[in-house]
Amino acid sequence: MPAAGGGRAGPGPLRQRGTRRLQGTPPASPLSPRPPAGRRAALGLVTLLSFASRFHRLPEPPHVCWDETHFGKMGSYYINRTFFFDVHPPLGKMLIGLAGYLSGYDGTFPFQKPGDRYEQHNYMGMRGFCAFLGSCLVPFAYLTVLELSKSLPAALLTAFILIFDTGCITLSQYILLDPILMFFLMGAVLSMVKCNSCADRPFSASWWLWLSLTGVNLAGAMGVKFVGLFVVLLVGLNTINDLWDLLGNLNLSLVTFGKHFLARVLCLILLPLTLYMAMFAVHFAVLNKSGPGDGFFSSAFQSQLIGNNLHNVSIPEQDGYPLSCHCDPYPGGLCRGEGIYTYLHKDLNNLWIIKKHDSDADSSSPVEFVRHGDIIRLEHKETSRNLHSHQHEAPLTRKHFQVTGYGINGTGDSNDFWRIEVVGRRAGRLIKVLRSKIRLTHVATGCILGSSGKTLPKWGWEQVEVTCTPYVKETPNSLWNFEDHINPKLPNISLDVLKPSFVEILLESHMVMIRGNSGLKPKDNEVTSKPWHWPINYQGLRFSGVNETDYRVYLLGNPVVWWLNLFTIGLYLLIAISTAVALKRGVQLTSEHKGELSRVVLCGGGQVALGWLLHYLPFFMMGRVLYFHHYFPAMLFSSMLTGITWDTLLKFFSQFLSPSTTARRVYEGGIVALILLIVYSFYLFHPLSYGMIGPMASDPSSPMAGLRWMDSWEF
Amino acid sequence: MLGFLKNPVVVTAEINLSLVALTVMGLMSRLWGLSYPRAVVFDEVYYGQFVSLYMKRIFFVDDSGPPLGHMLLALGGYLGGFDGNFLWNRIGAEYSMNVPVCSLRFLPALAGALCIPLAYQILVELHFSHCAALGAALLILLENSLITQSRFMLLESILIFFILLAVLSYLKFYNLQRHSSFSGRWCFWLLLTGVACSCAVGVKYMGLFTYMLLLAIAGLHFWHMLGDRTLSNVSLVCHFLARGLALLVIPVAMYLSFFYVHLALLYRSGPHDQIMTSAFQASLEGGLARITQGQPLEVAYGSQITLRNVLGKPMQCWLHSHTNTYPIRYENGRGSSHQQQVTCYPFKDVNNWWIVKDPGMQQLVVSNPPRPVRHGHIVQLVHGITTRYLNTHDVAAPLSPHSQEVSCYIDYNISMPAQNLWRVKKSESAGRPVSILPPRSDTEHKYSSSALDWITMDTNIAYWLHPTSGAQIHLLGNVCTWASANVAAVVYTCLSLWYLIRRRRKIYDIPEDAWQLWVSAGQICVGGWVVNYLPFFLMEKTLFLYHYLPALTFQILLIPIVLQHLSDHLCRSLLSKSMFSALVVAWFSSVCFAYRTFSPVTYGEPLSVAELKDLRWKDSWNILIRKQGR
Repeated sequence: MPAAGGGRAGPGPLRQRGTRRLQGTPPASPLSPRPPAGRRAALGLVTLLSFASRFHRLPEPPHVCWDETHFGKMGSYYINRTFFFDVHPPLGKMLIGLAGYLSGYDGTFPFQKPGDRYEQHNYMGMRGFCAFLGSCLVPFAYLTVLELSKSLPAALLTAFILIFDTGCITLSQYILLDPILMFFLMGAVLSMVKCNSCADRPFSASWWLWLSLTGVNLAGAMGVKFVGLFVVLLVGLNTINDLWDLLGNLNLSLVTFGKHFLARVLCLILLPLTLYMAMFAVHFAVLNKSGPGDGFFSSAFQSQLIGNNLHNVSIPEQDGYPLSCHCDPYPGGLCRGEGIYTYLHKDLNNLWIIKKHDSDADSSSPVEFVRHGDIIRLEHKETSRNLHSHQHEAPLTRKHFQVTGYGINGTGDSNDFWRIEVVGRRAGRLIKVLRSKIRLTHVATGCILGSSGKTLPKWGWEQVEVTCTPYVKETPNSLWNFEDHINPKLPNISLDVLKPSFVEILLESHMVMIRGNSGLKPKDNEVTSKPWHWPINYQGLRFSGVNETDYRVYLLGNPVVWWLNLFTIGLYLLIAISTAVALKRGVQLTSEHKGELSRVVLCGGGQVALGWLLHYLPFFMMGRVLYFHHYFPAMLFSSMLTGITWDTLLKFFSQFLSPSTTARRVYEGGIVALILLIVYSFYLFHPLSYGMIGPMASDPSSPMAGLRWMDSWEF
Repeated sequence: MLGFLKNPVVVTAEINLSLVALTVMGLMSRLWGLSYPRAVVFDEVYYGQFVSLYMKRIFFVDDSGPPLGHMLLALGGYLGGFDGNFLWNRIGAEYSMNVPVCSLRFLPALAGALCIPLAYQILVELHFSHCAALGAALLILLENSLITQSRFMLLESILIFFILLAVLSYLKFYNLQRHSSFSGRWCFWLLLTGVACSCAVGVKYMGLFTYMLLLAIAGLHFWHMLGDRTLSNVSLVCHFLARGLALLVIPVAMYLSFFYVHLALLYRSGPHDQIMTSAFQASLEGGLARITQGQPLEVAYGSQITLRNVLGKPMQCWLHSHTNTYPIRYENGRGSSHQQQVTCYPFKDVNNWWIVKDPGMQQLVVSNPPRPVRHGHIVQLVHGITTRYLNTHDVAAPLSPHSQEVSCYIDYNISMPAQNLWRVKKSESAGRPVSILPPRSDTEHKYSSSALDWITMDTNIAYWLHPTSGAQIHLLGNVCTWASANVAAVVYTCLSLWYLIRRRRKIYDIPEDAWQLWVSAGQICVGGWVVNYLPFFLMEKTLFLYHYLPALTFQILLIPIVLQHLSDHLCRSLLSKSMFSALVVAWFSSVCFAYRTFSPVTYGEPLSVAELKDLRWKDSWNILIRKQGR
């Protein structure tokens, strides 16, 4: 890639010296702008170090650590093919499951709680897979920085930061989604950067390769966690910028521009979308047995799962009087008698009989179908009381009306009348099981039956409150559907006709995931991690062990690395602003400086800084529970920024020194000093990742004594 | 010496009659019949409480916003001689004779009326024609929702006034920039920008959005100045400092001064004392000061004290004990120590008193000279009434099994030893006043709406209903204006994109200066709409239609801009121009018609049931129709 070779004849030899000094590789020809051998050796070295650091003591500790209990369990679900629900998309867990399957894990370990011993179960395949992906981050970051800054010391600095960061090591060593997410994320960034550097040869094979790889990685990142959306945003902004430049290039005809545009649509939108849908297709194809996730989904979906009591059953399709049915708030819970609560599990108390408001149907009369707009009574089958509401406050939601069971043997009063309405239908239409979403309006007060989502105290068996809301709003809380349906006079149908299409399943699962994510609210008085804690490495996460006798692993970034990163962000801001102002004011600079500054600092550094912002700022606006490990994607960008910034800074200032040998020495010395600092700090803090046994840091005999620099660190 | 007499003394006055006429019309539309209805309308019930508290000088904290708006409303009450004696408890309650309704509602109405000339001026400063400016002013004049919101004791019209004033002053300042930097007028408008911004923020935090927008625009303009090589570095620094002073330092100072005035005015203790620190409460007349007056500053051994939990969440409470003991077994089967209960009690009580005792000494009396308790000392706390020691031990607490139980130690002569030594640690940070006032916390309200409902005006708010006649007042916009404002925004966006893409390919459809006008108008109007609207999608608080009004104002300003642009640049021939004008006239008469149609619910004129039913143009509108015959 000889693209920008000419302008950098000056720093060329300087870089080679750096290479030789650091790597001991033989110097390449001083005339060649790129020493491929040295770079390859450097790449090999960082890759080797990265793998060594991640795989070192990988089997330790041989028990379930932290969130392994979730993701390991979900991996087992894939192996056992039982349906479950998680707030994240399926790719990460499928890959874990696949790794376990290939390495001979049989899916029998229950992963009940952190600290459970693995015993004879083979967990190394899954951990090894995650560690492998986590190790790839370092070469990816190295190549990205090399491409952005064209400077080997910058790339090496970044690589060493990531290799010797205790946090990155710890996070890569367990069965978690984060290494998988970060692998795809860095993969996408690297492919994007590579593709940008191929911009002078559009539509060449390597251009196509990197463009489609970007798309594949985007799909991967999105498929592991929704946080992948941020990298999609980063690539999207980069693409828009790219297209805007192409549009401004009058040498390109509109047809060529159209080709560029279509190529990006194909590779960055259609390809990832297809892959993303394919993941879900595989997910639903693999998980075909009923499991713990059924209740989160609609009844129609549940009828597809082997072992669910809706599977392969046949029930009458249209509802007639009298009938019994489950009524089920869409989607989620079931209702239960006497005090009316929604109940998340199915039992006999969930059955109700539908009657006309003015007459009791006897068994001899012909079947009459319930239609949209009919006024009905609902009699609870077990206790023969009618579903009733009146203008009393509901127990928890004071602004809503109370719902009770009323009357004896089905005789009640006019407050038992409900109008049944199907969402999106006209009056007089028949009501169908499972598919019709219905709303029950109380005739006397005009309120709508809904579940408020609040859990009742002990006296209500900790079930969910049911109220009648006077605020006539369209919310899923007030929609119900008929699930079980018993009517001997009606022909039964098989639920196969209700089979939802793939697109419906996909949309439904996304609705459920989004609701699940926003439902992860911190409880009152619970101390949670705040986004501002993260860059200052304020508090880590206990992966394993609490007491002195335990094998303790503590997820905490290498403080030296993290504080260097934090400081560098401020430094970068300063440099970027002064560079931008200097360029805007037309300060006299040599053209070489100008090119270097604008290309590396503003362009390269800007991309990375944008990545950091996109992966960090949105957390300030999130209402859900946040954890320290959410910062690691942003930390990757921050580390790359550190490499680029220090390299530029040292290079720039050393050039004012004379003679040039001093300059070179200062530049190289600075980088080496930084790397040595990082390595030494890693030597100090490595027990955080590789395990600590024995007294806590407050004890002077502990290996970590004196290293607890902040009181908030718990080791 | 008397040379100046040689020239005649001439006064040349230039009066823009259309501006004067608009202002008069605005005043008429907003001020006419201001004291009707003589009843509490909607959120007046909320703001009225604060006005009363100001009149009585009783301390309060409003968690929903800064104090300037309340103070301005109170100013109206002060001028009208309001004594603050009215019970604000119910919407629709009749005002008693001592409430000066007219003067309470005067300031918001005046602010609402002045928005009309401001809108006119803004369009002129954006270099659009007087015809467009007239159009903008008329549209604001005939906007029913703005009229309704202005005519009551509410804050939105004041907020919109300050927002528009800030925008206008910035535009005036920017237009003076090229020719007369650092002139008197330049300084005046720059300062006024900062002042208006801080007032807007001081009325409601929503003003922050417009402030940020203006800061961003000022930053952008300064960035362009940086590229101007004719300016020296020194003058650039001067420009930068002037802007920093006027747009950052002064607003912050003004904002703080609002709070200073607020605290200076309210010196009596009141219902919200408890959310402040004890030290602050002691400074209020009639509050904690009455108790603490003349009490020693430092705690010594032997002192009698009460201990208040600093957080005050969920309620303030004092460490308390009484003779009752913990139950031997809790409901869930866990055991307790059966010692004397220690609780946190939200009321002042004689059982809240404790005595500080030195563990090394037997007697409780204060020694002479008193020995003060210091940070790190170990003390015992003796409950004053029951003379038992505060104790904790390894028994699970009643509700939080992970914590230890705290009790007052009764010597049962069993193996459980007394662990009643406590170390005093002084916390350096003073307790942060947490404002927690519950009245609006529930996110559900009969008239709450989601941000998406606002653009299509799918929702309304019934402000007031006459108890017998059908007269009612609704916050309901001019349907025609809202729809055209949306269309204008869409047209603006599409045209801008089209121009941008074409300009990128070096095809210039409109002259460069017209393009610059188009862009700067968009920055203000579309930018103002975006920053005042989109943040609501991220908010979790209860949203009401009136939150949209600032955004709507900016969107309305966009209509004449788009219309003038269309007529100037897209209607090429004379014929199409005149046809376009005819269309505009027709459209404007429909705006007038919509205004006329909905003005009964804007001004609260009595209507029959049939008329009310006719007004219900959308099913989602909540027009109150009395059921007849029941």
